[in-house]
Amino acid sequence: MGTRVLRDFEYLKPISVDETVSLLERYGNEASILAGGTDLLVSLKLLRISPKYLIDITGIGELGGVTGGENETRIGATTTIKELARSVLIYEKYTALGEAAQQMGTTQMRQVATIGGNLCRASAGADTAPPLLALKARAEIYRRTGGRTIPLAEFFIGPGQSALTPGEILTAITIPAPAPHTGSSFIRINGTVSELPQLSAAATVVTENDQCTSARIALGAVAPTPVRARQAEKLLISKELNREVVEAAAHKVTEEISPRTSFRSSADYRRDVAAVIVKRALIKAYERSRGAPSG
Amino acid sequence: MDRVIDLTVNGQTISLGVKANETLLDILRDRLGLTGTKYGCGTGRCGACTVLADGQPTSSCITLAVSAAGKEITTIEGLAPDGKLHPIQEEFIKRGAIQCGFCTSGFILTAKALLAENPNPTPEEIRRYVRGNLCRCTGYVKIVEAITAAAQRLGKGQEARK
Repeated sequence: MGTRVLRDFEYLKPISVDETVSLLERYGNEASILAGGTDLLVSLKLLRISPKYLIDITGIGELGGVTGGENETRIGATTTIKELARSVLIYEKYTALGEAAQQMGTTQMRQVATIGGNLCRASAGADTAPPLLALKARAEIYRRTGGRTIPLAEFFIGPGQSALTPGEILTAITIPAPAPHTGSSFIRINGTVSELPQLSAAATVVTENDQCTSARIALGAVAPTPVRARQAEKLLISKELNREVVEAAAHKVTEEISPRTSFRSSADYRRDVAAVIVKRALIKAYERSRGAPSG
Repeated sequence: MDRVIDLTVNGQTISLGVKANETLLDILRDRLGLTGTKYGCGTGRCGACTVLADGQPTSSCITLAVSAAGKEITTIEGLAPDGKLHPIQEEFIKRGAIQCGFCTSGFILTAKALLAENPNPTPEEIRRYVRGNLCRCTGYVKIVEAITAAAQRLGKGQEARK
C-alpha cells in the first residue's frame, strides 16, 4: 500500500482567501486544497486522485484560529485538531467537539490535520461532523463573487461529497453560543485511532429543572453522510432523561439510520452499537447539562 | 518543478532545490543522508517517519518538503550530535525497549516532545501520546517503562507517581 513517489504537480501557496478562490476558479477540478495533508497526501500516494495543482492554504492567517464571541464562536477552517483538542473554550462550551478532537487521530495527525479538511473530505465518518451537527454549526463558504453561510446539515451532499462547488472554499465554521444548561458528549468507536471510526455519536441536551427542553443527536459512519436522528430527538422533549426514555430514543435511532457493511465494520454491528453509544452520549450530555461533574 | 527552499535540520540551515512532489522524508533520507528516520507505511500512520518540526511530532512521509521550509526539523541524529546519547536513548537501550529498532527513532522523538510538555506523564498518558507510533516487536511495555525512566532522569518533575 502506498507508493514512494508522488506524481508531479504544481505547488501554489496563496497569501489570501481572495487569491485562493481565484486559483480555485481558474483551475477547477484540476486543483486540490492542501492544509494538513493527512488525507490528501494519502490519496495522492494511493493514486486515488491526480491533481495538477496543490493549493497550500496554511499560510493564510484569516483562515485560522478560534474566536469566541458573545453570540457565537467562529472556528477558522485551518484550525488544527490539536488546537481544538487543547482549547478550554471549546471544551467548556462545546464539549462534544473537544472530545471528538481529543479522540480522533494520532498525535502526529492532530498536529496538522484541520477541521476544514475533516469536513470538506465529507466522509460519512468524519469525526468533527456529529458534534458540529449536534451543536447547530453553520458553514461559511466563500467564492470570488461573495460568500454564503449554510447550516452544516446542508454541507454534506453524499458520501465524500460536500456542498462546495468549483471555485468555493470553506472559510470557517460558526457555532451559536450554547443555551444555559446545555451539555454535550461525543463517543467514537475505533477500529484504530489513525483511521476513520467504525461509528460515532454526539448528543446535545438542554435542560430546565431536569427536563429536556431540546436535544440533538448526530451520528457518523451509519449513513451515506453524517446524520441527525430527528425522530429520536423528539422522544426526549419535555422528559427527564431516565433510563427508559434514553433507551427508547436509542432504539429509535436504530430505525432512522442506514448503516452499510464496509471493511471497517458491519451494518449489524453499526446498528447495534449505535444504540449503545447514543445512550451513553445522552446520559453524559444530560449529566453535563445539569451541572454534574463530567466523568 | 523546482523551487529553492531553506531547510533547517538539526540546527543547520541549508538551501535546497526541491521538487514540489518530494516529501520531507525523501529529502532527509535520500538527499541529506539522514537515514535514521525510517519509511514505514508511507501514509502517515505508523510513526516510523516521525521527526520533530518546531518541536512537534510530524509524519515526514506525508509532509511535503516545501511545507517544511522555515521550520526547525529535528531528526534522531540531532539528539546525540556529539555522540553522547540523550537520556531517552539510553533508557531505551537499557530497558530492552529496542528489538529491531525500526520504530525506535520515531518513538524517541515523540517521547522527547511528550516530556517537553508533560515532564511526569503517567503510563496512560504516555500510551495515549505515542499511539501514533507502532511497534511490532516489543509489545510496548518496555517502551513505556523506558519513557517513564527517562522522565525521572530528566528530573524536571516531581517524584515518580505510583
